[in-house]
Amino acid sequence: MDQIYKLLAITLGAILANNFIFSQFLGICPFLGVSKKVDTAVGMGIAVTFVMGLASAITWLVNKFVLVYFGLEYMQTVAFILVIASLVQFIEMFLQKSMPSLYTALGVYLPLITTNCAVLGVALLNIQENHNFIESVVYGITGGIGFLLAIVLFASIRERLVFADYPKSFEGFPIALVTAGLMALAFMGFSGLKIW
Amino acid sequence: MNIVAAVLTLGILGAVFGLVLAIASKVFEVKKDPREEEILSLLAGANCGGCGFPGCGGCAAAILAGTAPVTACAPAGAENAAAIAKIMGMEAPTGEREVAFVRCTGGVNAKKRFDYVGVKDCLSATKVAGGPLECGFGCLGFGSCVNACQFGAISIGPNGTAVVNPDKCTDCMACAAACPRHLIVSVPASKKVHVGCANQDKGKAAMSVCSSSCIGCGLCQKECKKDAIHVVNGVAVIDYEKCVGCKLCTKVCPRDAILPVATAEEKEKYKAIKKAQAEKAKAAAEAAAK
Repeated sequence: MDQIYKLLAITLGAILANNFIFSQFLGICPFLGVSKKVDTAVGMGIAVTFVMGLASAITWLVNKFVLVYFGLEYMQTVAFILVIASLVQFIEMFLQKSMPSLYTALGVYLPLITTNCAVLGVALLNIQENHNFIESVVYGITGGIGFLLAIVLFASIRERLVFADYPKSFEGFPIALVTAGLMALAFMGFSGLKIW
Repeated sequence: MNIVAAVLTLGILGAVFGLVLAIASKVFEVKKDPREEEILSLLAGANCGGCGFPGCGGCAAAILAGTAPVTACAPAGAENAAAIAKIMGMEAPTGEREVAFVRCTGGVNAKKRFDYVGVKDCLSATKVAGGPLECGFGCLGFGSCVNACQFGAISIGPNGTAVVNPDKCTDCMACAAACPRHLIVSVPASKKVHVGCANQDKGKAAMSVCSSSCIGCGLCQKECKKDAIHVVNGVAVIDYEKCVGCKLCTKVCPRDAILPVATAEEKEKYKAIKKAQAEKAKAAAEAAAK
């Protein structure tokens, strides 16, 4: 029962209270880069969720059975980057062969994820917070869902922003950054959920 | 000792992943038609969507599958279309280069019904009581076509209407799809004379809404020696197959609706020549009568 409560707390935390983008500021570059249209934002969000879930599982295993075993915990960052880069490459090849429709749907976003710091972030946070294997996977997937939620909300606001009448100097990224800041403030409202 | 362990561990980890990837690339190998890559390299690569396929990759696949013609990519140009035709084992297509043209020169000349302050978008503007212009056919100048153009070939000109730069235009026609008034058409790039108005209203109605509207008076039709310009549905239309670009029609147009607009000087000169010719003809007729 305790375990279920903990998983629920992780889920709520990852999606709302500790949203990767709005409260941890991880994965900002795809968040700003691919949020001009809702469809592409959804594609990116799903791809990130997919990779974050898998990456949490594999990095947890690598950490537990390789790094901790040899006493090399200080090499986590570099080892995880290696894992994530090859994992993304592997997934791309696998999807191209066995699920071409999903491959075309994810398109260019899949390789882009290699450089997404939210993926590395989730791997490192899993170790920091002493998550076990199941908790790690749940944290990875729900963290990805949090990213998906954030980027879709942001993209739908940006689609409407195009038609708004704001000063010339705010055009493009400035107004996007201001919007992101305001959304982060709104997400602070969820921090009350942390009592769990 | 520690550093050796670190180097070894990371090295082995990298080698293992590399090996897995190498095996995976063989196991999950997808056989691709090499022609697809070749065709893709010949397309414009702007992912403009003008061909109707999702990006240049989709267009290349469609050309290969035979569902799209080799000329599907207008921005790539005739040279590349010929190269693609060669890859596909077909004859090179022939045809003249075409560019987009905006059939309105109204802008500041057109009368406003009200000041529109809403969203800066042509479609939105037309939804408010039929648009801010008196003219129901004119360019609104909010630049929906400018945003649609991937090549920077269209801009809002000095008089407030959209203007195409023919050198940059690739005839992808994304702008035509974006224009709620359907003012943008494809015209042969070599032809220089165009009718810059699409107003189909009767003379008086067209005259009252804009100072550079075509009123369908038919002077150009009478003047044309090649039978290349006709008033159809109240607006002059040029038959580009017959037009030789003599610009006589621009000189007689009382509304300056035919581009390139003739200057007052040119018009006067042409009037004088015509007058002289008429007198000469009259004198000749009199002489013959005697």
